[in-house]
Amino acid sequence: MESLYFLVPCALVFIALAVKALFWAINNGQYDNLDTEAHRILFDAEQPKKDDSAKTDAEKTAE
Amino acid sequence: MASPASSATSAQACYHCGLPVPAASYYPVQIQGETRLMCCPGCQAVAMAIVDGGLDSFYQFRTATSERPEAFGESPQGVAQRWAIYDLPEVQSEFVLPLAGGLKQANLLLEGITCAACSWLIETHLKQNPAVKSVTVNLTTHRCMVIWDEQAPLSEIFAALHAIGYVPRPATDDQQQQLIKKENRIALFRIGVAGFGTMQAMMVAVGMYTGATDFWLDFLRWLSMLVATPVVFFSAWPFFQAAWRSIQMRHLVMDVPVALAIGLAYLASVWATVTSTGEVYFESVSMFTLFLLVGRYVELRARHRNRLAFGNLAQLMPLTACCLRTENGCEIEESMPIKTLQLGDLILVKAGDTFPCDGRVVAGESAVVEALLTGESQPVTKKPGDSVIAGALNNHSPLKVEVTALGAATQLSAIERLASQAADDKPLQVLSADRIARFFIARLLVVCAAVFAFWFWYRPEHALLVTLSVLVVTCPCALALAMPAALSAATANLRKRGFLVARGHVIETLNSVNRVIFDKTGTLTKGQFALADVRIFESVALPRDRLLGIAAALEAGSNHPLAAAFMPWQDVCTATAVKQTTAAGVEGQIDGVGYRLGTIEFAGQFGSAVGAHPLTLPDDQHLWLLLASEQQPLAWIGLIDEVRPDAAALITSLKSRGIAVELLSGDQSGAVAQLARNLGIDEFMAGAKPGDKLSHLSQRQAAGDKVLMIGDGINDIPVLSGADVSVAMASASDLAQTRADAVLLNDRLAVLAEALDIARRTKGIIRQNLRYSLVYNLLALPLAAAGMIPPWLAAIGMTASSLVVIFNALRLMD
Repeated sequence: MESLYFLVPCALVFIALAVKALFWAINNGQYDNLDTEAHRILFDAEQPKKDDSAKTDAEKTAE
Repeated sequence: MASPASSATSAQACYHCGLPVPAASYYPVQIQGETRLMCCPGCQAVAMAIVDGGLDSFYQFRTATSERPEAFGESPQGVAQRWAIYDLPEVQSEFVLPLAGGLKQANLLLEGITCAACSWLIETHLKQNPAVKSVTVNLTTHRCMVIWDEQAPLSEIFAALHAIGYVPRPATDDQQQQLIKKENRIALFRIGVAGFGTMQAMMVAVGMYTGATDFWLDFLRWLSMLVATPVVFFSAWPFFQAAWRSIQMRHLVMDVPVALAIGLAYLASVWATVTSTGEVYFESVSMFTLFLLVGRYVELRARHRNRLAFGNLAQLMPLTACCLRTENGCEIEESMPIKTLQLGDLILVKAGDTFPCDGRVVAGESAVVEALLTGESQPVTKKPGDSVIAGALNNHSPLKVEVTALGAATQLSAIERLASQAADDKPLQVLSADRIARFFIARLLVVCAAVFAFWFWYRPEHALLVTLSVLVVTCPCALALAMPAALSAATANLRKRGFLVARGHVIETLNSVNRVIFDKTGTLTKGQFALADVRIFESVALPRDRLLGIAAALEAGSNHPLAAAFMPWQDVCTATAVKQTTAAGVEGQIDGVGYRLGTIEFAGQFGSAVGAHPLTLPDDQHLWLLLASEQQPLAWIGLIDEVRPDAAALITSLKSRGIAVELLSGDQSGAVAQLARNLGIDEFMAGAKPGDKLSHLSQRQAAGDKVLMIGDGINDIPVLSGADVSVAMASASDLAQTRADAVLLNDRLAVLAEALDIARRTKGIIRQNLRYSLVYNLLALPLAAAGMIPPWLAAIGMTASSLVVIFNALRLMD
C-alpha cells in the first residue's frame, strides 16, 4: 500500500505530460481540419508504385 | 474508346467535368494509357496539365466530377497578366502574412473543389514548385494556405492553380476563419482535460468503491479532488459563464441546471473530502462534464462545417480597379487597389469585369448584368450618362466610368444594411430547449428544497448529501443531450440529402411553417436560357441543325447569357467578322454569306429581306430571336428559362400539406404570371424590388404567418434575412448563401419536401427523448430521495440514460 506514495505522484507526472502533449498537438493545428485528413490515407495506398515514375516525370518536365 | 469519326449521336460525357461532349468536337487526352474525350479546350488543357504533372491518379481517386474551367482562350501573356495584380504589395496586404525566414503565407479561396481528391491534386501539384514550402487545403471551407519563399512571385502560384482547373481568390475574411479555428481549438482543449480528468477520477473511484478505508479512503478522495478540479474550473467553465449570463438576463437556458449540478456536486464533494464525511461525486461530475462537452462539440463541428466561409461583401468585389490618369495629355491605365479610389476618379471597366463602385458612364456603350438588383440575368444597356452600380457585371464592351459612390455608400452596401435591419427585426424564435429548461429548473429546485427540508427534519446529518445525490441522479445530462443529439443527427441527414442547415432554429421552425414564398429566376427556373423551339420559315431549305450551327457560330465568342443556350451546336461551322451590337444582336460571315441573329428590328432589316413580309413574334411565351441571312429571314429561335423539373411536384406537395405558396419576382415581364399559372401558384407579384419583397414579407409575418423564403439572388438578401426560415439555392450568390438559414446544395427543389418530413420526425424523436429523460428521473428520484443511491449507481444511471437518448437520436440518421 505504501507503494502508492511513489506511484501516485508518478502517475500525476504522466498525466501532466500527456495533457501537455495533447495541447501541443492541438496548437500545432493537427485537429483543425478533420475532414480532409480522413481521406489522405486512401491516397497514399496506391501511390508508392506510381510515385517514383511520377517524380521522375515531374523532374523531367521541370527541367 | 471512342474514335474521332463517331460524332453525331455521341451523348458522351466529358471525362473531366461530366458535361456532354458536343457532337462535332474532338479533344482527346491520354490518361493512364486510355484516350479520354473532353468537352472543350478548357477541360482538355486542365486534364493535360494534370497528366503532365504526373498526377493522373487524381482521376482514380476522385469521387465527383470536376468543374468546367472558364474559357481558356487567353494567350499565355494574358494569363500571366491576369495574375500579376496579386504581386502588388497593396493587394497582398489583404491576404498575405509575412513569416520569419523570408517566407510568406497566403490564405486563398479556391473555386472548383469538388471532392477529397482535389485537395490531394492541389497539394501535390503546388509542391512541385520548389519555392512552395507548404500547402494545406481545407475541403469544407475551400480554403488553401500556401507558405512560399517570397523570392518567387505569388502570381506563379495562382497560375499553377488555374492550370489544373481551380480558380484562386484571396481570402480576405480571415478574422472569421481565425475565430472558427480558435473556437475549435478551445473546445478540444476542454474535452482533452475533461477526458483525462474523468479517466483518472473513475480509476480512483474504483479504489474507493472496492473497500478503501480510513487513511487510504481519505487519500483517494483528495486525489480524486485533485484530478477533478481542473475539469470543473477549466472544462466546465463555459457552462458557468452561460448560466450566469442567462440568470442576469432572466432568460433561463439549459446551461443553468447543468451549471447548478456541476457546481453544487463539486462543492459538496470538496466539503465531504475536507471533513471526511459522507460521499464524494467527483467522478460523476467529471463524466457529466465530459459527455456534455462532447455533445456540444459535435454541434460546434456541424455548425462550422455548415457555415459558408465565403460570402463577405468585400469578396464580391475585385481588389483592384483600372484607374485612368491623364499625364502629359495622354491617358494611362493603372491598376490600383479599390481602397485608394476617390469620388470623381475615372476608371475603366473591361468586359467581363465587375464594377468596383457606383458610378456614371462617361464613355462607351455596353450591356450590364444587374442581377443583384433585379435578379434577372438579362443585360441592361448602359450609355454615357447612365448610372451603374457596384457589383454589377459588365458584359459587353469597356466602359469609362466616373466614380460616384464607394464602399459603404454604394447600393450594394445599402442592400446589406437593409438585410441587417431585417435580421434584427425578425421575430425571435424561442427554442423549445429553453422552454424545457425553464420548466425543468423550476421543478428541480422545488424538489431539492423539499428533499432537503424532509431530511433536515428526519436525519439532519444526511440532508445535504441526500439532496446532492438527488441533484446528480436526476442530472439534466440526458435532458441536456436530448435535443442537441436529435438536431445534430437530423442536420447530418439533411446535409447528406443536399439540404445544408446553417442556423440552429431551422429544423424546429420548419415544423411551424405555413407559407412558402418562391423567387422566380434561378429558384423555380434554372436561371439559364435553353433552346425551346425553332420555327423555320417556309422557303428555307437548310436543316435545323445547320441553322442552329449558324446561330451558335455567331454567338460563339459572346459573354451574353443567351449565348450559352447555343453551346451544343458550337462546332458545326465557324463565323468570321463577328460583330455584336448592344441590345440588338450579333452578325457575322459564314462561308461567305452574311447572317444576323437578334431582335426583329436588327435581323429583320437585313439585306434584301426588308419589307418582304411583316414579321411578328410568334408568341410572348418565349424569348424569340430572329436568324436571318442576307437574302431572307431563316428561322425564329425560341429560348426559354427552363423551369426546374421538380418545381411542380414540390408545389403540389406543399399545397397538400396545407401550406400557402406564393411567387415574388423582380422580373417585370408576363413570364411571372405564366409561370405561376403553369405551376399552380395562386398568389404572385412581378416587378418586386428588394424593398418591396421585404415589406410584403413583413405584412405576412404581422398577420401571424410563419414564412419560408427560398431565393437565389442578392436582391433576395433582405427578405432572406427577415423570413422565419430562409433557403438559398446553391447557385445563389455567395452573399445570399451566408444570409440564408439553409442552402440547397444541389439545386434540387424536392429536398424541401424531404426536409419538412425530417423536421417532423425530429420533433417526434425529441419528444421521445424527453419522455425517456422524464421516466428515468421519475424512477430515480424517489430512490435518491430515500438515500438509497450510492455515487457509483448515480454514475451508471447517468451514463445509461445519456446513451439511450443518443441512440434514439441516431435513428434520425436515415
